[in-house]
Amino acid sequence: MKIIVLIKQVPDTTDVRIDPATNTLQREGVKSIINPFDMYAIEEAIRIKERLEGSEVVVVSMGPPQAAEALREAISMGCDQGILVSDRKFAGSDTWATSYTLSQAIRKIGDYGIIFCGKQASDGDTAQVGPGVSMHLGIPQVTYVKKIEKVDSGSATVERMTEEGYDIIETPVPVVITVVKEINEPRLPSLKGKMRSKKAEIPVWTAEDLKCEDEKIGLDGSPTRVLKVFTPAPREGGRILEGEPEEAAKELAGLIKEVVVG
Amino acid sequence: MDYLLTEEQQMIKDLCHQIAEEKIKPVAAEYDEKNEFPWPLVKVFAESDICGVYIPEEYGGLGGGVFEMAIAAEELSWGCGGIALAFAATGLGTYPILLFGNDDQKKRYLPDIASGKKLAAFCITEAEAGSDAGGIKTTATKDGDHYILNGIKQWITNGGEAEVYTVVAMTNKAKGARGASAFIVDKDTPGVSFGKKEDKLGIRGSATREVIFTDVRVPKENLLGKEGLGFIVAMKTFDHSRPGVAAQALGIAQRALDESVQYAHERRQFNRTISSFQGIQFMLADMAIQIEASRALIYSAARMIDSGAKNVAKVSAISKTFASDTAMKVTIDAVQIFGGYGYMKEYPVEKLMRDAKITQIYEGTNQVQRGVIASALIKEGLAKKRV
Repeated sequence: MKIIVLIKQVPDTTDVRIDPATNTLQREGVKSIINPFDMYAIEEAIRIKERLEGSEVVVVSMGPPQAAEALREAISMGCDQGILVSDRKFAGSDTWATSYTLSQAIRKIGDYGIIFCGKQASDGDTAQVGPGVSMHLGIPQVTYVKKIEKVDSGSATVERMTEEGYDIIETPVPVVITVVKEINEPRLPSLKGKMRSKKAEIPVWTAEDLKCEDEKIGLDGSPTRVLKVFTPAPREGGRILEGEPEEAAKELAGLIKEVVVG
Repeated sequence: MDYLLTEEQQMIKDLCHQIAEEKIKPVAAEYDEKNEFPWPLVKVFAESDICGVYIPEEYGGLGGGVFEMAIAAEELSWGCGGIALAFAATGLGTYPILLFGNDDQKKRYLPDIASGKKLAAFCITEAEAGSDAGGIKTTATKDGDHYILNGIKQWITNGGEAEVYTVVAMTNKAKGARGASAFIVDKDTPGVSFGKKEDKLGIRGSATREVIFTDVRVPKENLLGKEGLGFIVAMKTFDHSRPGVAAQALGIAQRALDESVQYAHERRQFNRTISSFQGIQFMLADMAIQIEASRALIYSAARMIDSGAKNVAKVSAISKTFASDTAMKVTIDAVQIFGGYGYMKEYPVEKLMRDAKITQIYEGTNQVQRGVIASALIKEGLAKKRV
């Protein structure tokens, strides 16, 4: 059985500066890292591989050629194989087109059991690609997973974090699981892993390799249209009503009337 | 400075620094306070393949030597000089096997050390034998296919935590220094026990303990080299391990400089940062000069030792002495730059000063090192004269 991890290379947000002239992100010279939530997905996949005999971890990223670096880092942690999904035709993909493209890659890999994703990416923050992949593949999804209790090639029992506590969910496998940071502590790379990752061949799969339908990929295949990206205006400072509590309360009531009733 | 590391060496350095930064630094103060052994970090070292960097590939290591051990010790010590000892003192305990072990002994012991499954410790010091190794009282008496060990070793780093002990004991007291032999002793051998755990000034994230041998039967297959080679084993081991102590001192010193530069840049007095004062600038510059000189010296000594050069005692001792004296001086200056804050445990530099002190003392005090250096000089001088 193959355990698949979907990862994304993102700018290191601890490193990002805003260009004061244009108010946009200064991306030049900013280090790229693996999306922090994906690190937990990688760690969990490796842990399951270590438990489940005969399984292997395939890590997949869709992005520009330099995303191969993220795949190498994942291999240095213990993933067996990395695949880069990259084609100019994929440019401008929204979450729908991205999850379609990734699902085509997963179909090509075949023999998949669990597909791990981080709960969301730190740049886009949509949390849609994982669930999207499950829909395109027609398999179940469990999001915000904080613990994998039991797993084999037929089913898995997991804990999904909720605001109040957690749900225990049993799901058939194959399944898409997105994980939260509570699930584990990602390991560091090992020296042998680093050496292996340096030598690892990372195949690049294009739209043609994946037999993607042209109208489902890239900008044309993306139903989302971004109209405008802007920085919301900062909230104006509040007002503190001073004086005796009774008078302040009266004034407050007056203000509320003014604002709400008009 | 660019020391022209190989790709593999750079990988070791980078990974060890990452471990120091992400895993050691956040917990160093806690281990220092609790005086506990850092097993969770040993697990990290093991999982990252750090434990075997100086062990040959055929025994499960990465095939490096003293140089690789030194760069790993340097970076881990940047995180914490005490916690790094779980790795570095294992190196000290392992070198007797690497240098004098036969193939069977290497096969039995090195793979588990390389994988990080087992730690090692070197046992030579006793209550009345430290600098004067000739004062060893622990005995090894031959009894058929075994030697029976009796005696108490003191201040053993990794004592009680390590599984593998390399021990120097007297097989023939009458012969003095030539009557000592070295043995490999497993922790679980009946008669091996451990005394009190020392409460130390620094390197408190390491274990320092008495190792007690009471009628411990060690099979003769565990004798290292031949009977009577004990002191040679010890001296050659120290030749190889001292650059490791030097590297530990270097890591501590580098951390002190890094902390000082940052603090001097942040701390404001008289409406400007203290880094704008020449008095502070010169201190920082002097720290950097000595640290870089230490690094150049250690790396050169380590490379020379790894090249198989003979008579490396002098360079090994020079690197240890210079780097440890540097670490002491630099960490004292770091506390001075931090001023009142430097004296407080809330800030990291007083610990660096406490940790640095031991590097001038163990694996031969710096006075003993100077003795080693001087006797090599005199020997070399005499040889020249004869020509």
